[in-house]
Amino acid sequence: MNLTNLIFGIYPYIALTTFLVGSVIRFDREQYTWKADSSQLFEKEQLQKGSILFHIGVLALFMGHFAGLVTPHSWFLSLGVSDMMHQVVAISAGAAFGSLCMMGGVILWKRRMYNSRVRANSRFMDIFILNWILVTLGIGLLTIPVSIYHAFSGDASVMIALAEWVQGMLLLNADAEMLAGVGFIYKLHLFLGMTVFLLFPFTRLVHVWSAPFSYVWRPYQIVRTKFVKRSR
Amino acid sequence: MKVRANFSLVFNLDKCIGCHTCSVTCKNVWTNRKGVEYAWFNNVESKPGVGYPKNWEDQEQWNGGWELVKGKLQLKSGNRGTVLKNIFMNPNMPTIDDYYEPFTYDYAVLQNSPLLEATPTARPRSLIDGQRMEKIEWGPNWEDDLGGKFKMRGKDANFKDMEKQVYAEFEQTFHMYLPRMCNHCVNPSCVAACPSGSIYKREEDGIVLVDQDKCRSWRMCISACPYKKMFYNWESGKAEKCTGCYPRVESGLPTVCSESCVGRIRYNGVMLYDADRIDELASTPDDQDLYQAQLDLFLDPNDPEVIKQAKEDGIPESWMEAARQSPIYKLIVDWKVAFPLHPEFRTLPMVWYVPPLSPVQSQIDQGNIELSQDGMIPKIESLRLPIQYLANMLTAGKEEPIVLALKRMIAMRSFYRSLNVDGETNLAVLEEVGLNEDQVRDMYRYMAIANYEDRFVIPTSHEELHQEDFHSFQGQNGFSFGNDGCSISPEASLFPDKRKSTGDSLEFVRYHPAAKRSDGEKS
Repeated sequence: MNLTNLIFGIYPYIALTTFLVGSVIRFDREQYTWKADSSQLFEKEQLQKGSILFHIGVLALFMGHFAGLVTPHSWFLSLGVSDMMHQVVAISAGAAFGSLCMMGGVILWKRRMYNSRVRANSRFMDIFILNWILVTLGIGLLTIPVSIYHAFSGDASVMIALAEWVQGMLLLNADAEMLAGVGFIYKLHLFLGMTVFLLFPFTRLVHVWSAPFSYVWRPYQIVRTKFVKRSR
Repeated sequence: MKVRANFSLVFNLDKCIGCHTCSVTCKNVWTNRKGVEYAWFNNVESKPGVGYPKNWEDQEQWNGGWELVKGKLQLKSGNRGTVLKNIFMNPNMPTIDDYYEPFTYDYAVLQNSPLLEATPTARPRSLIDGQRMEKIEWGPNWEDDLGGKFKMRGKDANFKDMEKQVYAEFEQTFHMYLPRMCNHCVNPSCVAACPSGSIYKREEDGIVLVDQDKCRSWRMCISACPYKKMFYNWESGKAEKCTGCYPRVESGLPTVCSESCVGRIRYNGVMLYDADRIDELASTPDDQDLYQAQLDLFLDPNDPEVIKQAKEDGIPESWMEAARQSPIYKLIVDWKVAFPLHPEFRTLPMVWYVPPLSPVQSQIDQGNIELSQDGMIPKIESLRLPIQYLANMLTAGKEEPIVLALKRMIAMRSFYRSLNVDGETNLAVLEEVGLNEDQVRDMYRYMAIANYEDRFVIPTSHEELHQEDFHSFQGQNGFSFGNDGCSISPEASLFPDKRKSTGDSLEFVRYHPAAKRSDGEKS
């Protein structure tokens, strides 16, 4: 087994399994630690700029990656989306939201590292994961010029290879060979991105799972009784 | 009608001496750990003043509590969509400097100092980032006893519609203490604002608590509470608040702040209210009618209809008895001498306040103050505290109820003066304020004497009625078998059951005459 096979054939499953099982175990055993861990009490102005940009960017990037990579190629074609169109949308949306996310992320990074109150109350993982995400994002942005070059030369093969590799991986059939023609920068971005999933359950990122949509329809007031009959 | 009981308090401001014993005992019990050094579940403010956190009463700044939008209740911070939209950054949340930066001192310098010409000093250090603080700019109760400039204190929101510059002058200045804690509201805005639904009101006693496992640190409650009595623990990343000392209250004991109050100003008891009318009454259009609206929400525990319904709603008989003996009910409903703090926030608070009289004995002695007919006790018009100020604080600006309450308190003094000094019962002073002799004797017993058993009428939570097997409850508290916190549901867990129940192994814990104590001596 060579390194490529290890990273793109086996590592994705290690990352995904850790992501899912780790999240469930942490939720089950350590729900007290399951939180967004806001530091707004210490600093508000920088957070206002950074947090909003970062969150909009990162959520849009996640959804964009998901839709673009997981939707089967034939669906796009039957919807009338040509490979060229797909590529242009991916490049422009990725560039737009990637830049928003990067701007917000840099503001948050500066705040976390140089605001003494925020810094003093950051755990190792808070700083580590922020750095990791920013590096992943930066490499992701660096793929854009390469993709633009591909688009101009009318070559969609890299995009299709990446999507098919992801789909194969999700169908438990990861084939590292499919990435043979994909440039190093894409592969680096893939590795860094997969590692975000691996680290996810050990960081504050878990708060994404708890996005409180149910707030929209729940009643304002909550009354609980102390005495719940337990069936056990 | 749906009858619910609420553990409630009244603070008699007329007797508060501002000693902060309540705050200190509370702090020692509940907030003496990392992340909440700055938090005071109970604090005592000097009024007029901006208070803690700064300017908390001004909802134009903080957007706490409720407002009416087209006749319907809505959080002042916005509708549900707005709350979710603000989840990445809550624009209404105070930062630590609005409270104060918690600090300690370098005490070790004093102990380790070599022999010096000058006294060594312990300089302050931040408890947040551990850095040197050159100057402490603000602290808990910075304005104690009118400390600081009037320019700052005068920002007090209760000066609304008043010519406040008059009170900047030394001769005209006035002062009162305002002890504050969570109001355990009937219509709490913190509960309503929590995106993850972790805050709740207990059905049995109305105490408002935060489920620490469910809190996700979205921090909407911090700003939604108009009293700013919801705190963010920056170490745990969770919201924390006054627990109403529920472990004590469940056993029939008063809260720590109440128990330790040296001025005997705090009353604990039960109030019954109609849960079906909360929305209707909290939506009363005019702010100034909200005091009366909340009076209308309360139910009379002697009313046969209420008694019947309470039984159906599962309120224990001991709670009904406590409601009938409740000092809270007497002060609020029978004598109408207690008022809610800022009813215009529409949260229907359950900590009420008896307004302070403010006699100035030296002024009386010099004959500068107009006295009532007994020649000793001043008229309320000549008291030092402006009525408007009290009304802005306690009745959304409506003066009549405050005037009546103060007059009743003065009448009580007049009556007892005539009784004890002149040896006659002066009923005329009572008639003027609509009291009879029995009532005023009760008022005297509860407000002037204020014995322990009269101040605190607290039924237990009747744990015994809810336990199916007492023995299995044994050994459940204290040391636990591993992580006792949580699992996805009580029915299912990823890991094997921890077998906490001691019920099935009772054979082994029975007393054995030959058993030895661990120190080797025969027991």
